[in-house]
Amino acid sequence: MLNTASNAASRKLYKNFMRGCMLLCVSLTIALVFFLIAYILFRSIPYFSIDILTTKPSYLRGTIGVLPDILNTIYLVLTAIVIVLPLGVGAAIYLTEYANSPKLVKVIEYAVETLAGIPSIIYGLVGMLFFCQFLGFQTSLLAGSLTLVIMNIPIIIRTTQESLKTVPQGYREGSFGLGAAKFYMIRTVVLPCCIDGIVTGCILATGRMLGESAALLFTAGFAHTLNGYFDGITSSGATLTVALYVYAKEQGEFEVAFVIAAILLILCFITNYLSQYLANRMRNAHNPQGQR
Amino acid sequence: MTEQVKDNVIFDVKDFNLYYGSNHALHNINMQIYKNAITALIGPSGCGKSTFIKTLNRMNDLIPSVRLEGSIKYKGQEIVNSDINVYDLRKEVGMVFQKPNPFPMSIYDNIAYGPRTHGIKNKSVLNEIVEKSLTDAAIFDELKDRLKDSALSLSGGQQQRLCIARALAVKPDVLLMDEPTSALDPISTSKIEELVLKLKEEYTIVIVTHNMQQAVRISDTTAFFLLGDLIECDKTDTIFSEPKDKRTEDYITGRFG
Repeated sequence: MLNTASNAASRKLYKNFMRGCMLLCVSLTIALVFFLIAYILFRSIPYFSIDILTTKPSYLRGTIGVLPDILNTIYLVLTAIVIVLPLGVGAAIYLTEYANSPKLVKVIEYAVETLAGIPSIIYGLVGMLFFCQFLGFQTSLLAGSLTLVIMNIPIIIRTTQESLKTVPQGYREGSFGLGAAKFYMIRTVVLPCCIDGIVTGCILATGRMLGESAALLFTAGFAHTLNGYFDGITSSGATLTVALYVYAKEQGEFEVAFVIAAILLILCFITNYLSQYLANRMRNAHNPQGQR
Repeated sequence: MTEQVKDNVIFDVKDFNLYYGSNHALHNINMQIYKNAITALIGPSGCGKSTFIKTLNRMNDLIPSVRLEGSIKYKGQEIVNSDINVYDLRKEVGMVFQKPNPFPMSIYDNIAYGPRTHGIKNKSVLNEIVEKSLTDAAIFDELKDRLKDSALSLSGGQQQRLCIARALAVKPDVLLMDEPTSALDPISTSKIEELVLKLKEEYTIVIVTHNMQQAVRISDTTAFFLLGDLIECDKTDTIFSEPKDKRTEDYITGRFG
């Protein structure tokens, strides 16, 4: 049956109305993001100076620099990545290439998924009891790093596993067929193929570590001391996120808090961009035609 | 005379059975594979040809549920359920797969992969091996200026000949080919067939094929598999002109398959 004119008109109205609603949702989301970024930049730019980026807080000299917090963050993330990378990649290789009991793999994968979903404050609590007290590391960047390692193992395992699974079975057979042993095959054929996945996982993990605060409040401490790596890693230290919390909530120094927020925002952009850029570049280097 | 025949036997298969878990996939296979000859394995899909060929270099080890019974002797040495060095076995019994599977590396590195696996690091030795293997696989002239290019930039037919060259680079005695032309166009297929005929002079070749004309064109001996049984194994001319078994005749005349 053909539509009457009024029927068609109401349909058109309905269609346009729904379209308008969706458009509103999209613009609201984008507006929020832009407002957030603009607000943080607007509040922080007046306070950005060489001084604040290169000094430590000192009542004597009257400086409130964030350099110690930046260094602490770098120490913490570097340490955690160096530990989590071999652990996660090794576990992923075991699960995909070696384990031959599907049941065991299922159980481990389920455990890993669960690990990924636990709220970070719980990691903080356990990290404090286990690393700081039981193992005697005190409140230190090391204890914080180790807590982050446990938190980020799932990401590394999952991204590595995903990319191990995309390596064609034919490559493995080809290598075995030439008389290669298993680990030689993995090292020469499989791992080079999934370097992009591993790098992506690494950067995702870095991003999460940069943004982590709850777990670090318990384990890594609040100090703003300027330290070298080895002194820094064994003593208490605030990372950028923890320092942000302390400045804003406990000291009410909002200008510093916003400077830190802006630094974190920029780091967040960089990690996101890097993960996409590197993943693409590495894939193309191996695969001129984009074949997998 | 009998002694001489015995020397010519590369693989001697006796009462060989293979199970995938509880599935009895190959039943009591008895056959011999001769030196410097091309043995074609024919039969409908799922009849066990590929499974059988993969036993000859123990590639079935990779599937955990596989169980083997009986005996296969390679040059007099037992390879079924024995603790021979499978890496050395696979070096001597090379394999070319159904789908061309060059590694995502340069052409040069693909060929050098096998020798490097077995510990050859000397640059000039590797150069020599790469050139010899590519020449033997009749692809050197096409590729000599692009050795640094990615192997994945080659066409399917070139990739398959590259894979043959890669297998030759470890200096095998036997070449197992699992439907090497089924993914290729007719021109690439005929190039590979020419190559296989040439390689016969130096190597023993076992080839699985779906294409009966191919078996007639290139093989000396043909074995016909059906549902896990070896129905008949004889000179190719005999199989295709006067098969002894009714089922072989039905298959080669196209009544099923």
